[in-house]
Amino acid sequence: MDMLDIFSHGFIQRALITGFFIAVLCSTLGVFLVLRNLSLIGDGLAHVTFGGVALGLFFQTYPIYVALPVVLLSSLGILKLKEKAGIFGDTAIGIISSLGIAIGILIASIAGGLNIDLFSYLFGNILAINKGEMATSIIMSIALMAVIYILYQELVYISFDEESAMASGIKVDRINTLLCLMTALTVVLAMKAVGILLVTALLILPSVSAIQIAKSFTMTLVLSNVLGILSVIMGIIISFFINLPTGATIVLVNFIFFVFALFYKNIIRSAGR
Amino acid sequence: MSIEIVSAKELCFRYNSTEVLSGVSFSIKKGDYLAIVGPNGSGKTTLIKIILGFLEPTAGGVYLFGCAPSKFGNWEKIGYLPQKLASLNPHFPATVREVVALGLLSRKGFPKRIGLHDQEAIDYALSLMDIAHIKDEFIGELSGGQQQRVLIAKALVGDPELLILDEPTTALDPEGRDRFFSTLQKLNSEKKLTIIIITHDIGTIGRYASRLLYLDKRVVFYGGFDDFCISKEMTDYFGEFSQHIICHRHDHGHA
Repeated sequence: MDMLDIFSHGFIQRALITGFFIAVLCSTLGVFLVLRNLSLIGDGLAHVTFGGVALGLFFQTYPIYVALPVVLLSSLGILKLKEKAGIFGDTAIGIISSLGIAIGILIASIAGGLNIDLFSYLFGNILAINKGEMATSIIMSIALMAVIYILYQELVYISFDEESAMASGIKVDRINTLLCLMTALTVVLAMKAVGILLVTALLILPSVSAIQIAKSFTMTLVLSNVLGILSVIMGIIISFFINLPTGATIVLVNFIFFVFALFYKNIIRSAGR
Repeated sequence: MSIEIVSAKELCFRYNSTEVLSGVSFSIKKGDYLAIVGPNGSGKTTLIKIILGFLEPTAGGVYLFGCAPSKFGNWEKIGYLPQKLASLNPHFPATVREVVALGLLSRKGFPKRIGLHDQEAIDYALSLMDIAHIKDEFIGELSGGQQQRVLIAKALVGDPELLILDEPTTALDPEGRDRFFSTLQKLNSEKKLTIIIITHDIGTIGRYASRLLYLDKRVVFYGGFDDFCISKEMTDYFGEFSQHIICHRHDHGHA
């Protein structure tokens, strides 16, 4: 088979297009999450998604219709727990995410026959994305990127120093809430591509790799986007030819980029000083 | 008549059952240079946070340019440097120029954007703090003193009317500290910039500030340096610096 024949398959085209948009969204949002020490919120909300999907499957509806409001409410729950109960952010994430997993396991156990469907969401399959899902992913990604673009400077300032941002009139609480809601939406969108278990990697790894090597904030965002897109494209192509699970391959490619970035920072750049 | 920039009336603040501030009243006018001093835990930073609207007072009120902080909207009038240099993320991937530019956001409408036309203000703030030569360096790779100067430049870049600084000289060496205080004094005298500074630099501040607020949960002293005398309860805090403050009072009086 000719190498380029891969691009003639409809399912590959859909995977690449969807993957492109999701990669841009995740790698952009990820920079702000990583810099605000909120990396684990993606992981926590992914666990809640598991509970939401199980609930959706149990009620025999399209799982995302149930998972979406559940995850959005949970993201607000994490914020409220942090603010009102006075507990640390990672503790609040831990409480909500374990609750999500527990509900998912309980429902799967009670319903019995859900396991196969639930597994497909746990591990994801970007190659099985249909036209409707692709269109939803594109529209949602563009909408969320537009919000990030509009609030870009506020997000940068809050990531740098919340207190100074407040003293410049930025409504920090509102933007924090919005950031949590956007993360919840992104997790649900990315779930189909890499699976619930690996969503965090798509959020964190491109951003962390970019932070290692970039020389300005703008460059960090651009590099994070480039690495995110490259990892998805390479992951899809490699997994197709070697017959590997696509989600896991995307994450492994991302991890290799991260190792290269660390190497560049610690060996090459340090030697240049 | 001078414009009242900040006024506090019978301000009280409790954190759970702990009294942090009690009956604090003072006011500062345009061009005042107020030094807030007092021992650790005396409520200095809490007072600043109430002035800026980050904390709600338990009783009493505070007014910023005549407005309650919750209703205040002219944030471009304020430049603020928080206390916590130590919590600066050393891996934050921004250059000095990018960080200083953030100080301009309060002047921007929606959506907030920093453009090429802002470069002049950024360059001025960089030169004011003598950091133009490191403008393209990473903030995380600078020394503590350089980082502090970057943050001060960020507070100054928007050309504020009121500058609030919470222990700004902690990371500066003696030379940097003197240069910093001279710069502030120049801005205060030439541009009538109103300054509130929290400091433990009691050996130096008397040379520059026009008013002193000694806080220890309540106002122990508030007034000009000409009226200042060290009462018994301030002796421990000022210690060997008592004489400096009194000497600087006279310097100030003849300035």
